[in-house]
Amino acid sequence: MNTSAVNAARLVLARDLKLAFRKRGQFVQPLAFFAIVTTLFPLSISPELARLREIAPGVLWVAALLASLLALEFLFRDDAHDGTLEQYALSGQSLTWLVFAKTAAHWLLTGLPLSAMAPLAGLSLGVPYASLAGIMAPIALGTLALSLIGAVGAALTLGVRRSGVLLTLLTLPLAMPILIFGAQATDLAVRGASYAAPLYLLAAMAVLGVTLAPLAAAAAVRISLE
Amino acid sequence: MTWTWFHRLASPPHVYALATRLTPWFAWPAGALILAGLYGGLVLAPPDYQQGEGFRIIYVHAPSGWMSLMVYVTMAITAAVGLIWHMKVAHAVAASCAPIGASFTVAGLVTGSLWGRPMWGTYWEWDPRLTSELILFFLYLGYMGLRSAIDDVQRADRASALLAVVGVVNVPIIHYSVSWWNSLHQAPSVMKLAKPEIPAAMLVPLLMMLGGFTLFFAALLLVRMRAEILNRERTANWIHEALTG
Repeated sequence: MNTSAVNAARLVLARDLKLAFRKRGQFVQPLAFFAIVTTLFPLSISPELARLREIAPGVLWVAALLASLLALEFLFRDDAHDGTLEQYALSGQSLTWLVFAKTAAHWLLTGLPLSAMAPLAGLSLGVPYASLAGIMAPIALGTLALSLIGAVGAALTLGVRRSGVLLTLLTLPLAMPILIFGAQATDLAVRGASYAAPLYLLAAMAVLGVTLAPLAAAAAVRISLE
Repeated sequence: MTWTWFHRLASPPHVYALATRLTPWFAWPAGALILAGLYGGLVLAPPDYQQGEGFRIIYVHAPSGWMSLMVYVTMAITAAVGLIWHMKVAHAVAASCAPIGASFTVAGLVTGSLWGRPMWGTYWEWDPRLTSELILFFLYLGYMGLRSAIDDVQRADRASALLAVVGVVNVPIIHYSVSWWNSLHQAPSVMKLAKPEIPAAMLVPLLMMLGGFTLFFAALLLVRMRAEILNRERTANWIHEALTG
């Protein structure tokens, strides 16, 4: 492993986290979006907890996917605007590592807080206390995989008109397996069954994402910078 | 072995002329095979003992579904060739594939849902293969959306090529996760070499339709490719010579 590349990646990660804490508003938005979307369902379907418990896994997962996608638009945008991304590409450091660091920072700032918030939203949808770990762990892994896949889409849509809608169109079909296994894991957890199998499959997808997605995302950044 | 044939494929005038010459060689056999397959499938083949006459929609449905996937793979391979060797012609082929593949996907979805009406009693059933087909349609939409959103042709080529490659890596994952999610559909019964479960009178027209659809795709691709090359090279000198000849 190239130590200077890892060092550079660590610096980028620290920089992105620091910048995010200075501009908190941008990273609170997806969380607020998640809270609002999960509130829409009791209002639109029924206040009965028994019925809400049935749909809770699906609601939590769709809301988490959409909130995480909403945040993906910011992943490269500011850095592309002020030229930082171009400097990264010209720096001689491995762009793959730098993009991976940015994606990791993005997950720490959206996916992880979302997985911490999901149990709260779950309780409001009538999910039993015992299943809260079965909500947090799959959402944490699933949003990691989604951030990695979404980084490719975010890089491809840099500087494109209507990039938000397009990013959703590019990323959601690729995210279907994450949704399938994630919602399955949460559903099993809510029913009190073992959710290990779909959780392992989610973990496998996250590992595949860590291995391949940064390569594709770095190539996509180069294409967008041309 | 010489690689000149491969290098010549990078030259738009050469490929344009080649496509013009090859088109009838694919179009006529495609028409003949499809007509023969339709006659064999709709008239000669016996009705299915369970599904009656309704099963005959397989002669359009299965080839469409097969082509929708094959066109996506063709698109991804040509896109990768364009990305790796910087071949403009390969990008033109990939770009021409997308609308054809999306149309086959729509045909597969529509015939699948029409078939569902007599068999399942509903036009839409969330069965794994129809769902995969729907997701494949969304993948085509994403590809075409990305192309149309980027004005610069070269950037659109490279960006959409990368998307196609990422998509083709994901297609098997999507397929298997969707079939794991729900397995209602009958198991595939066409390709069991040891003991085919469908009789030859039904199978032969189906294979003819598969062959016919593949050749039909090749012919369509050649025509679309010529249009794409003309559009891209509209300022080049050779166009004038090729068209006024």
